[in-house]
Amino acid sequence: MSTYRIQGATGEWEVVIGLEVHAQITSNAKLFSGAATAFGAEPNTQVSLIDAAMPGMLPVPNRECIRQAVRTGMAIEAKINRWSRFDRKNYFYADLPQGYQISQLYHPLVGEGRLLIEADEKAGIAEDKWIGIERIHVEQDAGKLMHDQHPTMSYVDLNRAGVALMEIVSRPDMRSPAEAGAYLRKLRAILRYVGSCDGNMEEGSLRADVNVSVRRPGEPFGTRTETKNVNSVRFVMQAIEHEAMRQVDVLESGGTVDQETRLFDPATGTTRTMRSKEDAHDYRYFPDPDLLPLELDEDFLAECRASLPELPDAKRRRYIEVLGLTPYNARELTAEVETFARFETLLAETARATGKGEAEVATQVANWSLSVAPGVIKALGDEADPANATARAQAAILAMQDKGAISGGQAKEIFEIVMKTGRDPAEIAETEGLRQVSDTGAIEAAIAAVIAANEDKVAEYRAGKDKLFGFFVGQVMKAMAGKANPQVVNQLLKDKLG
Amino acid sequence: MTDLTSLGVKDIRDGVARGDFTAREVAEAFNAAVAEAAALNAFILTTPDHALAAAEKVDAARAAGKPLGKMAGVPIGMKDLFATHGVETTAASHILEGFTPRYESSVSQKLWDAGAGMLGKLNLDQFAMGSSNETSYFGNVTSPWRKAGSNAAMSPGGSSGGSSAAVAARIAPAATGTDTGGSIRQPAAFTGICGIKPTYGRCSRWGIIAFASSLDQAGPMARSVADCAIMLGAMAGFDPKDATSLDMPVPDWEGQLTSDLRGKKIGIPREYRMEGTDPAILEAWEKGKEWLQDAGAQIVDVSLPHTKYALPAYYIIAPAEASSNLARYDGVRYGLRELPQGAGLQEMYAATRAAGFGDEVKRRILIGTYVLSAGFYDAYYTQAQKVRALVARDFARAFEECDAILAPTTPTASFPLGSMNEDPLTMYLNDVFAVPASLAGLPAMSVPAMLNPEGLPLGLQIVGRPFDEQTVLDAGLAIEERAGFAARPEKWW
Repeated sequence: MSTYRIQGATGEWEVVIGLEVHAQITSNAKLFSGAATAFGAEPNTQVSLIDAAMPGMLPVPNRECIRQAVRTGMAIEAKINRWSRFDRKNYFYADLPQGYQISQLYHPLVGEGRLLIEADEKAGIAEDKWIGIERIHVEQDAGKLMHDQHPTMSYVDLNRAGVALMEIVSRPDMRSPAEAGAYLRKLRAILRYVGSCDGNMEEGSLRADVNVSVRRPGEPFGTRTETKNVNSVRFVMQAIEHEAMRQVDVLESGGTVDQETRLFDPATGTTRTMRSKEDAHDYRYFPDPDLLPLELDEDFLAECRASLPELPDAKRRRYIEVLGLTPYNARELTAEVETFARFETLLAETARATGKGEAEVATQVANWSLSVAPGVIKALGDEADPANATARAQAAILAMQDKGAISGGQAKEIFEIVMKTGRDPAEIAETEGLRQVSDTGAIEAAIAAVIAANEDKVAEYRAGKDKLFGFFVGQVMKAMAGKANPQVVNQLLKDKLG
Repeated sequence: MTDLTSLGVKDIRDGVARGDFTAREVAEAFNAAVAEAAALNAFILTTPDHALAAAEKVDAARAAGKPLGKMAGVPIGMKDLFATHGVETTAASHILEGFTPRYESSVSQKLWDAGAGMLGKLNLDQFAMGSSNETSYFGNVTSPWRKAGSNAAMSPGGSSGGSSAAVAARIAPAATGTDTGGSIRQPAAFTGICGIKPTYGRCSRWGIIAFASSLDQAGPMARSVADCAIMLGAMAGFDPKDATSLDMPVPDWEGQLTSDLRGKKIGIPREYRMEGTDPAILEAWEKGKEWLQDAGAQIVDVSLPHTKYALPAYYIIAPAEASSNLARYDGVRYGLRELPQGAGLQEMYAATRAAGFGDEVKRRILIGTYVLSAGFYDAYYTQAQKVRALVARDFARAFEECDAILAPTTPTASFPLGSMNEDPLTMYLNDVFAVPASLAGLPAMSVPAMLNPEGLPLGLQIVGRPFDEQTVLDAGLAIEERAGFAARPEKWW
């Protein structure tokens, strides 16, 4: 149970949130035409006769787009509808050449599914929580109007017109901005794992319509508003906060919330009315007579299923249960496709370099990947050449550290040089003298000298002042110029001090 | 030498192949006939050069000993609903006046590939909406036929009225038509020619300006059943660009054509015996039964109980689809744009569509918009779809007892232009016998049977099982052979 509450003048309010996420399907071609879908192309260069709705043109479904939507559905454990149908949503606008959007109202491709958001105390999410997903349907995107090209006219760019979108509709199961943020991040991760959407919110590949209502805890749902086209996780959370507060203010001052469509202004973090229910379009939905119902056969579904990668939840569990990572590390490493991909490559390389099993080196590799390496790279700034961060070089460093040949500090130093120069780590260790001494003879000599120089402290230690052990370690390390293997120093000191 | 314009598809094709005459001579003869027939207003645009160029290609191919296509050397008329590359395509509307596609419809491309050429773009009811060819922005088409003893201009039927008039007047040996609720069959019946609407999906709809997508089908209009079989063979075939296209081989309809109907059962639907049907039509229907019996078929009574609901359902479904299909004509990207001083987007839409669409088109857009509106959708559109399913089931059941159905094509013969304009509903009744087969997606053909006492042609309709155009054509041939319909309009133009 979320404990997020808005403190109004008259008491506490609970916020109820549902998200409709529009995700652009990763595909070389549009949903119903062969036109390309490159982002950032010159206006009206990615437009086929079909996209421009020339007379007599007909849509033909793009199999790859359907496949990606089905795979996404499978990844959220959803029911895949073997029979679905496309409907026309009719309205006039200059960015909508056909005068209708081909969508799926009555029989969506993907039915009921769900998605897990994880406990995150910092964000105020007390425990893991399932968020219901009502449906995923497939539809066409619209084009874009440009109002800044001419003093009195608007221009139309149809590059995006007809691009395939998945609309992923959640249940109103979220109760705080943090939960909505976690949902969106998790959904984005799943889409990127599956490869069905690049998740690029800046380019508009992923955008959310945010449904918000407020109520007294335990009461029925209030009237909701829908804030359109919010394009970042942070903005979604801001929009919810602002909209919930606004609704509470309206209700507490005796007003009623209008069911309306609103717009989010990123500059001010506020929402404003776009159109009210009275202006709502009558979309005159009806089955698209140009298209037959979509019927999926078992072979198609089997291929979709077989092509799914290991998904975030399963990967996280495996990292904890099989690799022995902490839940925190597991979550961090599985959050992004790039992160886990780098980690898994380095893990395999390190296991090979050390001759150990992956589980034995996983914690070391995880710490390296999440804190050591990013720390070094960040500190170096422009001095670091990202191309030098190869798995091979990093595994070589980790293997030397694993053998005790170098210390953790030396590992960092070597990695710094690698990042700057691309030199071989073993050669750096050799040339730069970045090795630690495990030779017991040299260490024993240093210990003998330290004991001889501090007889009083030795007596105190032997009398029971255990804390002095650290002092002796420090003295020995200093004598060895920091290059002694600390484990060997510890062991020998214990032996000598008795 | 024979008058080349008296020849049909088969005779022209075979004559060219044999070298009796050249394709160029044929094209020239028809180009000349077209040029003389401006009074019919059958063509919106003539394209004599297209016909000549196609003919020259055929003559060259023949001279080089290359194989010739199914329609080699045959110049045809192209209903102006088919997009033709580089040739203005208007759907007989003001809103598309001047629109020249940069693409060729799949069906017309197949015809050119088969060696046909184009005499011109044929007039039609605007956006194929009409049954008399009086809704064209480019003026009425006048039928070459006249009532005995009258000079009144008669309707060639619609919407493929330019096609029917041109073929009947012998200014084109054949023409393309499209049929949404009778637009091939009714004009064929009105003008004493043959026309077949194949099974829905046989001919690609790609590049045909849409009226009602779930009903629209292209088909040939010609003077004989064999000519229809040949031309349909050239038009049909799977097209990956049309998601509703049938992925089935195209049978050799011409090669298998036979009027031997032994072993076939022909159903007579009792519900088609409607009040208001011209007695001459009923007489033709009786004759038709006799002719088919004579060809060896057994006549059986069948029932199509939902027939009377078909027309109302059609006039919900077709306008509903049309209201959406015609939304793209908005003045933004092509075609007419009306931009009154100071107009914004909404005003531009309103002005463009007000000026660009004719009354009948507007009427259907309004009906379609209404029946799809929230609150009315279930009562109209959903209900009409249920009726459509019942009509299709009626046919499926009837076809358990027979192989094809014989019925009149229309309840009356042609009527004078302007005589039916008072009430659109009486005009809609013209299609009462044609619409059920359209709703069920079935192949259906009209063949001329006889002249009525006023000297106007009457047609008989044959409806077949899905994909069984062959039986439809065979029954048509049996009627054609026995009816001996040789009447042709006297040239007055």
